[in-house]
Amino acid sequence: MYLYNLTLQQATGIVCAINGSFSGGNKSQEIVVARGKVLELLRPDENGKIQTILSVDVFGAIRSLAQFRLTGAQKDYIVVGSDSGRIVILEYNKEKNVFDKIHQETFGKSGSRRIVPGQYLAIDPKGRAVMIGACEKQKLVYVLNRDTAARLTISSPLEAHKSHTITYSITGVDCGFDNPIFAAIELDYSEADQDSTGQAANEAQKHLTFYELDLGLNHVSRKWSEQVDNGANMLVTVPGGGDGPSGVLVCAENFVIYKNQGHPDVRAVIPRRADLPAERGVLIVSATMHKQKSMFFFLLQTEYGDVFKVTLDHDNERVTELKIKYFDTIPVSSSMCVMKLGFLFAASEFGNHALYQFQAIGADPDIESSSATLMETEEGFQPVFFKPRGLKNLVRIDQVESLMPIMDMKVVNFFEEETPQIFTLCGRGPRSSLRILRPGLAISEMAVSQLPGVPGAVWTVKKNVNDEFDAYIVVSFANATLVLSIGETVEEVSDSGFLDTTPSLAVSLIGDDSLMQVHPTGIRHIRDRGRINEWRTPGKRTIVKVGSNRLQVVIALSGGEIIYFEVDIHGQLQEVEKNEMSGDVACLDIAPVPEGRQRSRFLAVGSYDNTIRILSLDPDDCMQVLSLQSLSSPPESLLFLEVQASVGGEDGADHPASLFLNAGLQSGVLFRTVVDMVTGQLSDARSRFLGLRPPKVFSILVRGKRAMLCLSSRPWLGYVHQGHFLLTPLSYETLEYAASFSSDQCAEGVVAVAGDALRVFTIERLGETFNETSIPLRYTPRKFVFHPKKKLLITIESDQGAFPAEIRESAKKECFEAAGQGQNGKMEVENGADDEDKDDPLSDEQYGYPKAEADKWVSCIRVLDPKSTETTCLLELQDDEAAFSICTVNFHDKEYGTLLVVGTAKGLQFWPKRSLVAGFIHVYRFVKEGRGIELLHKTQVEGVPLALCQFQGRLLAGIGSVLRLYDLGKRRLLRKCENKLFPNTINSIHTYRDRIYVGDIQESFHYCKYRRDENQLYVFADDSVPRYLTASYHIDFDTMAGADKFGNIYFVRLPQDVSDEIEEDPTGGKIKWEQGKLNGAPNKVEEIVQFHVGDVVTCLQKASLIPGGVECVMYGTMMGSLGALLAFGSRDDVDFFSHLEMHMRQENPPLCGRDHMAYRSAYFPVKDVIDGDLCEQYPTLPLDIQRKIADELDRTPGEILRKLEEVRNKIV
Amino acid sequence: MFFIFNLNGWQASDRFNINSQLEHLQAKYVGTGHADMNRFEWAVNIQRDSYASYVGHYPMLAYFAIAENESIGRERYNFMQKMLLPCGLPPEREDE
Repeated sequence: MYLYNLTLQQATGIVCAINGSFSGGNKSQEIVVARGKVLELLRPDENGKIQTILSVDVFGAIRSLAQFRLTGAQKDYIVVGSDSGRIVILEYNKEKNVFDKIHQETFGKSGSRRIVPGQYLAIDPKGRAVMIGACEKQKLVYVLNRDTAARLTISSPLEAHKSHTITYSITGVDCGFDNPIFAAIELDYSEADQDSTGQAANEAQKHLTFYELDLGLNHVSRKWSEQVDNGANMLVTVPGGGDGPSGVLVCAENFVIYKNQGHPDVRAVIPRRADLPAERGVLIVSATMHKQKSMFFFLLQTEYGDVFKVTLDHDNERVTELKIKYFDTIPVSSSMCVMKLGFLFAASEFGNHALYQFQAIGADPDIESSSATLMETEEGFQPVFFKPRGLKNLVRIDQVESLMPIMDMKVVNFFEEETPQIFTLCGRGPRSSLRILRPGLAISEMAVSQLPGVPGAVWTVKKNVNDEFDAYIVVSFANATLVLSIGETVEEVSDSGFLDTTPSLAVSLIGDDSLMQVHPTGIRHIRDRGRINEWRTPGKRTIVKVGSNRLQVVIALSGGEIIYFEVDIHGQLQEVEKNEMSGDVACLDIAPVPEGRQRSRFLAVGSYDNTIRILSLDPDDCMQVLSLQSLSSPPESLLFLEVQASVGGEDGADHPASLFLNAGLQSGVLFRTVVDMVTGQLSDARSRFLGLRPPKVFSILVRGKRAMLCLSSRPWLGYVHQGHFLLTPLSYETLEYAASFSSDQCAEGVVAVAGDALRVFTIERLGETFNETSIPLRYTPRKFVFHPKKKLLITIESDQGAFPAEIRESAKKECFEAAGQGQNGKMEVENGADDEDKDDPLSDEQYGYPKAEADKWVSCIRVLDPKSTETTCLLELQDDEAAFSICTVNFHDKEYGTLLVVGTAKGLQFWPKRSLVAGFIHVYRFVKEGRGIELLHKTQVEGVPLALCQFQGRLLAGIGSVLRLYDLGKRRLLRKCENKLFPNTINSIHTYRDRIYVGDIQESFHYCKYRRDENQLYVFADDSVPRYLTASYHIDFDTMAGADKFGNIYFVRLPQDVSDEIEEDPTGGKIKWEQGKLNGAPNKVEEIVQFHVGDVVTCLQKASLIPGGVECVMYGTMMGSLGALLAFGSRDDVDFFSHLEMHMRQENPPLCGRDHMAYRSAYFPVKDVIDGDLCEQYPTLPLDIQRKIADELDRTPGEILRKLEEVRNKIV
Repeated sequence: MFFIFNLNGWQASDRFNINSQLEHLQAKYVGTGHADMNRFEWAVNIQRDSYASYVGHYPMLAYFAIAENESIGRERYNFMQKMLLPCGLPPEREDE
């Protein structure tokens, strides 16, 4: 089995983010974010919406990012610390829209290792040197400079190593143009490792060390080292060299300390939330500095989400006071970026990222702690307390969706739509949600208005070719035409010159400034100042089809005659040629007039005899048939679409201009073929089924480029995005007819008719594969199941270290009363977190739940109707019980029907040792048509029931290391059979026929059988590799798919002969079972597929995303990405793609220096998986390399692109 | 191993001997074992490597953060703190 891996949704979580001016010039400010293995450039547009400009898969784990600027330069460079054992410096190339690799220096082995640098990066604020550090020992300094041609140069590395020393953070110290200094928080463990009394370990002290790079001697030395608070975890550079006092801020647990060489410590306590338990510290997790001409300040965020503004009072080089003032509370972020335009970009650890605008910079008085008022008592320093409040200084203006983390996923066609939906459980704590993803682009509807009848067609038309906006919307009905003028409002007009008593066949701009209306009996040409020329059809014949561009018009009359008109130099429409076709014409189109030409050469005519002919329109061979294409069914509509030639630019790579002929066939297939620009020959045909109705194709504008809208039973958009031609469905209803629309309010929209309504909409977030609907949840969702018969969904949610809902509500009430505010609708327990009220002054989504002790748990079981997004039943578990597993069971010969079974644990704790008070299995009965649940009974068990599954009318439960079979009793579940021989903890159970596939948390899969006659559960096969399972899925009788904690996906299969033997053996392999092998079962499964995804895979499922398509294995990950593994159908495809992958590895080594094959084999060698993400980078390569690879594969670049498109279309 | 011996240049008079090479390795690559390594030292190295790997792999940090309901930043700090004494106190040394 060979699989093709394709990421459908790139990771949406952010590891780290930096901001700067990467495209050059002082005006533009961009953000570069690392999303695991993807590097992205984002830019907030003028409306404050974050736009993705560039996204590159680097096939390596990005761990740190930094930006620097050479003195006097206008542009920032990007330094990337990754797991490649290399330092990489990138420059954003605005013209080509790519990251150019300027330098790549190897310093160590690849992989995320303890002593190989890459974890930390620090930059000299003047851009003269960069330090790259590891968790332990190694730190390297590279000197950055310019050569005579002003190109960036990098030196060989200078070592600043110190053995037996752990590094917590590094940063550059701003010391103007003196020798660059780097500061590091270090801890020496050498003595603690030797001293068995523990004294040395107690005395181990973190140090702040300054490393000086002597630019003259080209040498790094330890300049200064001083003890620092043992809770220190982060350093922040303080401006120096005339702008400030220099030195660093040391963020430690509970404290912020200003330190500099030869300067006494200035220490202040971080204010504490009033409701924080006493044993918890306050840790700063992200920091940013903002510097203006006359002032600077820092924003520090704590692990609870509170942001503090830190300011320093200084007198030249002496810092007299350090103040920490409460600023605002936003969701905990991994990085914050203050941008020059007054924006704050906060990359959330979990859940959606946000862009805020500064309303104020915290100048108003607020709760503040200062070094001047620091109080030390016998119990230590006295903190200042505060209560979080609503946003005062920031206002959120945009958010970027993030699925991180995906906890569970199921693909089903729940709503009975054309394609299945993906249900994902996302987020954590109060920011959790159930998100329903549908393949397709999101649209935003601008207007819907009812029309007096059912329209057949719609057009928009400009008055002059130079106009920016459209002037009229023209709607055609069965016996009339309605003209609407576009202005401040859209209203009906009668002075437009259009004939309104007849239906229209086409309306367009002709020449420079005249309009044309084609109706069944003639062509009406409306010239400036109201002069109207009318051409009438000869005899009783009517016009049936029209094709036109700006200078040419072709009409087809009933009976099959074609008449060709051209606009002459006076702007008159002149008949040029006639041609009799053999039968009626089904559709017509003329290619757009090429730049600088008089006319287009090609006319495409579709006939009912299942053919398309390309006719010439050149004067010398007018109406000659240039080529002929036969089809599987009659064409319904035709469109020439030029995929525009571009030399890079914001849409991506170079691609040659090529003209595509698109035909919507009556069978619902869209047929695309390349038209040779010179000869008109058709080649390279591809077809794709779009829907049940014959697709109608229209040309519209997307990002200023020609794109194609296909209307079948749902609308599709074909457009070019970052070098790829994408054909993506729109999440919208069935449309009849459409045209592009441009007005003051809406620069790039679409106007369409459907039923008796006129709709105006815009297409959003181009390039995305899915659009989502989100339903908020209360706690971190764990798992969910569907009610098998009713259209309902049941989730279990649980959170550690939080207070139950009633205590939270009463605390909140108290808080409001103290603040003198009244209650609001948030007070009901029932819809606490479900309330989407954004104005809520203390929404949990923003502030998080108050922290409780680690043995406190909150949990709930929720029955949800996804259609109405309504929670029909919500059951909070009491007394620190938390739900971990769920399934539905139909017990045999019992009266209840389907029952819901939930596994819970009470008082579970992980530290210092895993312990719990008790585990329970709850059995619930559905009431009120499944919309509610009622507890039947609960059974106490000795461990955490992490896995539940129905098996032969009974319940299988994995409780710790015990697999047990239960039957339903009156008061409790009854034990029927058990097997205690599993190595660690069972965390998944799948069943098929009489086989049971058990997943162990550390030991991969165990294949079991149940013998009813002997009432025995026994393991007959297991895996020889210890795998820390995080997700599993049953593929077929002998095969299981699993994913481990380290980011690998693998498939194991029981060899066919062993499988047959066990099935045929009357004892079912039991005799053999008694003689185990390698401390395990007698048979071992074989690994047949192995692939490193690079992200913790949390859920797997076999599903097909397209109706009637082949199934593929879908996976969802911790970082919020979705991918698919598709099995190849033919050996030829395997050969082709493995060769393409091989050439891509050679010609396109990953951006951050990690070897592609090494990355995909990070833990185990990759086996039988071809990486589609790498293959799909093919169109972004320079043309000559594309051609070179194509030659090696004996194909043309076009064929390779077609293959890539084909395989993608099989998946989504 | 990390070195390939260059046999042609290998002479008895070479001032490198196998011991000094091993010492060099041990100094250069933290965690390189030696003949007298005890169970504790071995475990400490494994633990430190594991913590460094958790800190270096962001998705893994996030995975732990969800399990413990802490922020990712706190989780990273905890792992770094644990690198000091990952396996508790060292055993008392037997006199050689």
